[in-house]
Formats: sequence, structure tokens, C-alpha cells
Amino acid sequence: MALRNGVSFLRLLTLRQSARLLTTHTRPELQNGGKLAEFPGAKAPYVTEMRFLDETSYDPIPIYRVLDNSGEVIDRNEEPNIDNDSLVNIYKTMAQLSQMDKILYESQRQGRISFYMTNYGEEGVQVGSAAALQPQDLVFAQYREVGVILYRGMTVTELVNQCYGNHEDPGKGRAMPVHYGSKQHNIVSISSPLATQMPQAVGAAYAFKRQANNDRIVICYFGEGAASEGDAFAALNFAATLDAPVVFLCRNNGYAISTPSSEQYRGDGIAARGPALGITTLRVDGTDTLAVYNAVKKARAFALENNKPVLVEAMNYRVGHHSTSDDSTAYRSVEEIEKWTKDESPIQKLKLYLERKGLWSDEEDKAWLKESRDNVVKTMQDAEKKQKPHWKEMLEEVYHDMPPRLQKQMQQMEQHLKKYKEHYPLNQYQSD
Amino acid sequence: MSGLVTNGSVLLTRFVSRFNGCTKRLSSHFTYFPDNGKPVEGETTKMNMMQAINNALDITLKTDDSAVLFGEDVAFGGVFRCALGLQDKYGKERVFNTPLCEQGIAGFGIGLATAGATAIAEIQFADYIFPAFDQLVNEAAKARYRSASQFECGALTVRAPCGAVGHGGLYHSQSPEAFFSHAPGLKVVVPRGPISAKGLLLSCIRERDPCVFLEPKILYRSATEEVPDVDYTIPLGKAQVLREGDAATLVGWGTQVHVLLEVAEMAGTNLGLACDVIDLQSILPWDEETVCNSVKKTGRALIAHEAPLTSGFGAELAATIQEECFLHLEAPVARVAGWDTPFPHVFEPFYLPDKWRCYQALVDLVRY
Repeated sequence: MALRNGVSFLRLLTLRQSARLLTTHTRPELQNGGKLAEFPGAKAPYVTEMRFLDETSYDPIPIYRVLDNSGEVIDRNEEPNIDNDSLVNIYKTMAQLSQMDKILYESQRQGRISFYMTNYGEEGVQVGSAAALQPQDLVFAQYREVGVILYRGMTVTELVNQCYGNHEDPGKGRAMPVHYGSKQHNIVSISSPLATQMPQAVGAAYAFKRQANNDRIVICYFGEGAASEGDAFAALNFAATLDAPVVFLCRNNGYAISTPSSEQYRGDGIAARGPALGITTLRVDGTDTLAVYNAVKKARAFALENNKPVLVEAMNYRVGHHSTSDDSTAYRSVEEIEKWTKDESPIQKLKLYLERKGLWSDEEDKAWLKESRDNVVKTMQDAEKKQKPHWKEMLEEVYHDMPPRLQKQMQQMEQHLKKYKEHYPLNQYQSD
Repeated sequence: MSGLVTNGSVLLTRFVSRFNGCTKRLSSHFTYFPDNGKPVEGETTKMNMMQAINNALDITLKTDDSAVLFGEDVAFGGVFRCALGLQDKYGKERVFNTPLCEQGIAGFGIGLATAGATAIAEIQFADYIFPAFDQLVNEAAKARYRSASQFECGALTVRAPCGAVGHGGLYHSQSPEAFFSHAPGLKVVVPRGPISAKGLLLSCIRERDPCVFLEPKILYRSATEEVPDVDYTIPLGKAQVLREGDAATLVGWGTQVHVLLEVAEMAGTNLGLACDVIDLQSILPWDEETVCNSVKKTGRALIAHEAPLTSGFGAELAATIQEECFLHLEAPVARVAGWDTPFPHVFEPFYLPDKWRCYQALVDLVRY
């Protein structure tokens, strides 16, 4: 009997396709007078009908949006109250980012920098979320969040210096390009391992929570690929159980290098993991900058007020290649890329919105794109001329105080360089 | 009848005594040598190592409001009871359980420290620290370097019980110090008893670099000393010379220090030889100066550790000793270590670098 019920239920699942709310689709008859079981691990009703659940047992989590593809607000009540200057600033940052990406990507192709990662298609989720935060909020980023970094006030010069690893790179040339970080702007220095920033973000949020009159939250960016890492689960579970005011922002851009999201997970994306772990969750259209802004603004307020985490999954498309080491046409069609470039460009949508409001024009756009390009090109020319940091910086800051063995190694290298200086590119580095 | 009972009692007594003998041999392959000297003057209290660690944590929570203590089962005191009573004293927000996830514990601790809090994380057994390896090696160790000091997590200390305990088998006995010794940016410390545990742990907690503090779990209850009541620290990166002699230099850390102290006594009694015995204390960075000065004096070095021989930290010591003391050496540097196997359960007495293996190595060393 039970087996038959189970089988018929499974058959039923395959037949039902209609939209449902985020709940199991039928209400089983409750046993025990509806009284909940008191297992330590679950307070749930008893039933006699055996029903297995799968991803089709639940409705897909809907995608919140404000703008349609023509840049028109769909529901006036949802239009965010952003002052005109800020709106223009958001757009200008997104457009500037796109121009910077173009030039730095090409500069890697020309061998001028060693590596680069573009942000095409994800400008909206980056800048829209950054605009919804407060400057004191701490950012733990992955590596494709330059829009956040620009919006927070790191200059193109600082970013380009980082990519060149010259002596004005705030990270002293130690990390690969695009591994930015700025104490001044509350952006924790980026590392390459995926999802490692996520449990760290929870710890930082916990520390903020304990501070008197706390007005800070932590925002943690990650991709849908990174969400497969153990650290991602650890972070969500720690944030939920330890009540940390952190906003997890998943940029679900459809690809982890070449692996499509269909091979990254089953089930309803990353958002579905939120309720499963007891986390307040929202899915948002990441190509809609205003929707992202609204989502993150609300998430921030909720996190701060309740000392609880929020998960926001921003649906997106990675228009560019993964990095300069990748050619994405090897694993996806040009038509697919074009569709997302043309119809779903976050920059285009926001531009249309601004134009409708009379805040922006084609002329202003052309002028700004040119100014942005010129600025990046000039910055690059300057950055190229700057020397790399002194070679001794290689051995500094491993520890707060340099241990004797490292001091000895520095002396050894110094002696060696005296003898063999012509074999090392010392002229590219600062000297004593 | 009474005869039977008597016989039974005798049998039982014999059995128990044999069992006890067996248990004793298995659970205690060493004799504990309490510290004679005191690091600071003042009142003392008799404490085992668990209590001394508890005391260090108590002092930290009392004096540093940002400090938090967390890990699996920490709320009720931790499985080894080092956090006993601290939640009652400092509240659930400061002393708490985390979900069962070592990578989460380490990452969470890094984040706390990055945001300015003092983070004391407990990994329930050092054998389970490997899921946290990435967080510790790639994140904690490199945080300061990669950001050029804009960010750092020096306020993080990760405590983990390590080492042989008589019955721990593969997954409750390991000594992973060498793995972490290969991660520039970390500090790795192993205490040898209550006095050193309190002073070294307080140093680790206050150190400006992230520390891995490995506590030989067999010492939690078996090691008792008069521990100073006051707040004191013992410097990191410094070894301690516990016995002085001219015949050989014996180097170890943690429980192994006590094995070597007994070996030094055996050498005195049986061979009339006096040895330097050095507790390295800090594995990373380690005190090359103290070790090499001693070996230059004695001409002979024996290094012993519980972890497997190959790529054990003894390899680093031996390589440095031969490089720095080559013309002083009267014999090749000797290493006595766990065999190159996983840590075995019932074979522990044969696996460990016990006093007999160390003693024979010393005899070979001085007769070379």
C-alpha cells in the first residue's frame, strides 16, 4: 500500500507541471491530530502517505524584476527612490567598467598584462548591489565584482596598477591581476580559491554583530560554480545557525569556466538552498540593475535589523569568456551569447530607463564612453612606466615581524643578486 | 566452593593486573617530567594541562572583550573539557557551538579576525583539521601578504588536540605539524605541559600572526604542574633547553619531550653521559639558533617525533643541522619517528618513537 502510494506519487510528480507556490503540492492528511512530532531534528507532522520529494515538488522560485527589456518600469510601486545623480552615477560606473574591461582584455592579448577577467553582462548585479550598500559594509568578493569596487571609489588608476603589479599596486604586485582589495574602501583582498571568502564573510558579520551600535553588514559575492564548494555550504549553514548579518549574493551567470549550470547542480538553482537552510531568500533578475538595487537594499536592512543572513540569487549571463585563458565559443554558441548581449544587456536596460527619465542622452553616452576609454588608456600608459616594487617586498609581510630564517634568506638573495645581477630583470624593479 | 571463589578472585586479580599493565603500557608510553622552573614569580595553582588551557582561555575572555571561543561541542566545554564553564561565565555569544564543519570553523575564524575580533577556534581532533587545510594554508597564512598588510587575521588561533593517546588509532592520534610547517605565514606551536601550554597559548592568541596550536591530548589530564596564576606569555619561535650536557643534543616537542627527558636520564644512569634536551615548542618559525648552538657543542643530534619519518619536521631540522653544523658533527643526525604508516591502533607500542627506540638511537649515535 505504502509502496503503491509512493509509486503513484512519483508518477504524479512527472505529470504535474503547473506553477505552484513554494510548498509541497498536495496537503497530506495529518495524523496524530495534526500535532507535530517532537524529534530534536524536526518538528513536523506525521502522515501515513509515503511521498518522496524532488525538485518538481516545489514551484520554481520566481525572479523579481523591476524593468522590462525596454527599460520601462513594470510596476510603478517597485521603482526605487534613487536620486538622479546616483542613478547616473550607477549607469556611468557600469559603462566605465565595460570600457575598462575591453581595454584591459586587449592589453592582456597584447602581452602587456599577464591575465584578465571581464565582467560583461554582470555590470548590473555588481553596481546595482554596490549602490544599495553603505560604505561601511564589508565586501568579500570572488573576482568578478569590479563594478562593486569601482562604485566604492577605488580608482581606475589603482585597479590598473594592480593589474600591472607596479609599485603603486596596493597589493605590492604579489597577486595576479584582478585580485583587488582596499582597506580604505572596505573590500577584503580577493584570493583565487573559490568560496573561501564565504565562511570568512560569516565570521566578519558575527564580529560586527557583537559591536555596540553596529551599523555594518557583510556582503559576500560568489558564483553558482563556487556554490558547489564545501565552503559555500559551510558558510550558509554557519550564517543561519550563528545568526550573522551577512548578505550572500550569488551571481548565477550560467557558466563556471566551461561548465554550464545544468552540469553544476540539479534542483532550483542556488536560491532553493536558502529556505532549506533556514535562510531568507530572494531570486532576482541580475540584468535588471534596479531590481538588484531593491533586493540588496531590502536584504541589507533585514540582515542588520534581525542579525540574520539573506541569500539573493541574481540570475545573469556571463557574456564574456571566463578569463583571458578561455575561449568560450569552444563550449557555447555565438547565437546564445548574442541573445544575451542584445536583449538582456543590463547596461542597455538601464540606459533606456535613464533616457525615458530624461537623465541621459546618446551624446552624453558617447562622451562618457570616450572619456572612460581615454582614462583607461592613459592610466595604462602611466602604469606601464612605473617600476615594480623592490624585490625585497617578496619577503616582507609574510609575518608581522620577519623571522630570523627569512632575514637570512633575504641576505642570501642579496648576496646572490650582487654576483648575478645581470641575469635578473632588476631594472624593472625599484632599488635601494 | 571457597577455593573456587579464591581461585576465581586470583584469576580475576591476575587478569585485571595484566589488563591494567596492558592498558598502562598502551596509554602511557612515557613518564611525565614536570617543569621545575617557573616562567614568572608569584602564586601558583596545581593544574593539569586541560585546566591550564582553560585558565588561558578564561584570562583571554576576561581581558579581551572581542574574544570569542567556538568549535564543535565547545558550548558544554568541548570533548576534552578545555572550555569547561566558560559559556556560563561569558555567555552564549562568546563561547558557542558551531555546526560540524572544520572548513567552516577555520573560515569563520579568519573572518572574525579580519573584522577585528580575537578568534579562538577549536578543531575537535587534529586528525580532522584537513578539511580546514585550505582555509588555513591558502587564506589565513596568505592574508597579510596578499593584501600587503591591508588585511590580516593574526588574531586567529586554531587549537587542536594531537598525538598518541594509547587507543586513538588512525584518526585520533595524528600529529600534523609538518603539514602546516610548509605554510609561510602560519605559526605552529606545540606545548609540552601545563606551564608551557598556558604561556604559549596566551602568546598565540595575542600574536599578530595566525597560529595553529597543537595540544598533545594525552597531557590534558596526565600532566600536572604548579602553574602561575598570573597572566604570562612564553615567546614564540624560541626553543627551551631543559637539560644540559655535552654528549648529544636531543630535540623533540610535545609529549616526545618527556620521552627524551627519560632517555637522557637513562643515558646518565647507564652510560654516564649527559645530554642537551631541547623542547622546540615552536615548529614554525623554529629556533635554529638554539638547536644549532647545542649541536655545535655536542657534535651529535637526535630528533624524535611521533609523526611519520618521511617529510616529518625532523627532516627540516636534520637538513639545517647538517648545513649549519657540518664540521662539528661526530655522527650523522639521527631521526626516530613514527613509521611511514598511518597511525595504527593496536600496534601503537611498536609504532611510537618510545624511550627504547630513542635510547638505542642515542647509543648508536654516541658509538658511531
